[in-house]
Amino acid sequence: MTLAGVLILAETRRGELRDVSLELIKAAESVVEDVGGSVSVAAIGPDANSIADALAAYPVDEVLTVDVPSTHFEAALWAAAAEALIDELNPSLVLCGHTVDSMGFAPRLAATKGLGFAADIVGLEWTDGLRVRRLTYGQKLVAELEFPERRCVLVTVRPGIFGMPPPATRRARIRELAVDSHEKPRTTHVSFVESPRGDVDITSADFLLSIGRGVTDPGEVPRFAELARRLGATLSSSRPLIDAGWLPSSLGVGQSSNTVKPRVYLALGISGAVQHLAGMRQAGTIIAVNSDPHAPIFGVAHYGAVADLFAVAEALEALA
Amino acid sequence: MRIAVLVKQVAVLDDELELLDGGRGVDPDCAELEVNEWDAFALEAALILRDSMAEGSHEVLVVTMGDERAEECVRSCLAKGADRGIRIWDDALAEADVLAVARVLAATLAGEAVDLILCGAQSSDEASGATGSAVAGFLELAHVAVVKQIGFDGSVLTVSRELEGRVAEVVTLEPPALLTVQTGIAPLRHATLREIKRAREKPLEVKGLLDVGLDASTVAGVAGSRLVSLTHPETGERAQMLGGDSHAVAARILEIVHDRMAG
Repeated sequence: MTLAGVLILAETRRGELRDVSLELIKAAESVVEDVGGSVSVAAIGPDANSIADALAAYPVDEVLTVDVPSTHFEAALWAAAAEALIDELNPSLVLCGHTVDSMGFAPRLAATKGLGFAADIVGLEWTDGLRVRRLTYGQKLVAELEFPERRCVLVTVRPGIFGMPPPATRRARIRELAVDSHEKPRTTHVSFVESPRGDVDITSADFLLSIGRGVTDPGEVPRFAELARRLGATLSSSRPLIDAGWLPSSLGVGQSSNTVKPRVYLALGISGAVQHLAGMRQAGTIIAVNSDPHAPIFGVAHYGAVADLFAVAEALEALA
Repeated sequence: MRIAVLVKQVAVLDDELELLDGGRGVDPDCAELEVNEWDAFALEAALILRDSMAEGSHEVLVVTMGDERAEECVRSCLAKGADRGIRIWDDALAEADVLAVARVLAATLAGEAVDLILCGAQSSDEASGATGSAVAGFLELAHVAVVKQIGFDGSVLTVSRELEGRVAEVVTLEPPALLTVQTGIAPLRHATLREIKRAREKPLEVKGLLDVGLDASTVAGVAGSRLVSLTHPETGERAQMLGGDSHAVAARILEIVHDRMAG
């Protein structure tokens, strides 16, 4: 049995290698010397062969491909393939992205295989064993975790934390791993569906006025639409107002909806859930108004005000 | 059809969070508590599904792991229309990690012959997004994570799982199955005073670890991690704060906007 210190499970979406997979290579690089052994990256599924070449150009020791009897992601099959990889390589640490697909198969695998487990980590180090950091309670607290008595630990890593690895000086070898699994697909793919674009494209707006949970009454929404119009801004929203059905999903900013890069992003009553921040942190200038001085949005905003959003809205109306 | 909904009581995040001595957790006595938002949507989906079915015996069962305080969380679900509840607790579970919690919930459900298990895609406090998928693993059930639409024709479930970047994937599967539910799956209902009163009469069973065939050491052995510390983060780079009253704040905002939009 070979000893692979770190095993990375790469991810594709509709045939494309996802950036977070490369970030995992960077994360692995940062600890592999302390973990010991090598870095392997595995591509599971029908796209495995097509992304193996791309992965081999990065600083890893080996790229493994695993075929599965499914044309699409399927949690039970992915868990079985990952289990076979762990049996083959005996890694101390397994890394996947904290993504919707990983949320499907990674905890399932950790549960059935008795792995150490932590999700959505933002930092890791290895001294006599793994320690990780993750953010909890709406990003307001930092939890540090350890994994006593676990020979193999599986963690899902928050996208956008570790950055991209440099290209390797020599290409990694590629190996196919045949998996003889009795696991059958439990779900059947029907289709991919894209959300409707709507009349307004917030991804091309220069100035977004974005409202969030601080707006607690649907009757207040038109007021902010009017304020946006008077300021020359386009109205957008964080998730809660869309979940409530007060605004169409085409106006949503966040991981599952739109990623925006306006020159100015004015956030009124948005606390800054991680999924929201992923959709707007690349805005040129971020201004946030929130009544909670500990709101995580102040961690990414350039300008902030701890204030009642309705009082600020009223003052803006008077000036606009 | 019997549908189980897994719910968790969490601290309201708008509150100032007080840490227990030694950073072992958040002090629940200093926080306002509520049903995890994602679980509230899972309950909503379960109630809609139950009420859409043809005549027959259909039931929504609410299961939570938590101490006496969590009783209120189950009662609020009963008030919204769930039929009965189970609360499972043992003091040994106070520091249970996500896999240990999943093991306890799985054992609790094992005796209930449920056709469908719904739970929130994540909790607002721990935010691991892992409990449901781990429960499905322990129970060897088919499952789909982060679901934003559920349809059932009597034999096949058609669900839409929400992916990143405005895309959803529609898949089908057959019960028994577990689905983790995303927020916004349907508008949330509110319980009326009459329903809240009636909920006090609905059955709420309290169980311990032994009742579900577990003991403290088995649960400890399942744990995937151990909490070393919980701390307030060091304040890193933060926004430049605008002072003054709301008029001063508004005036500065407009200045910044004009400056940036002109540049």
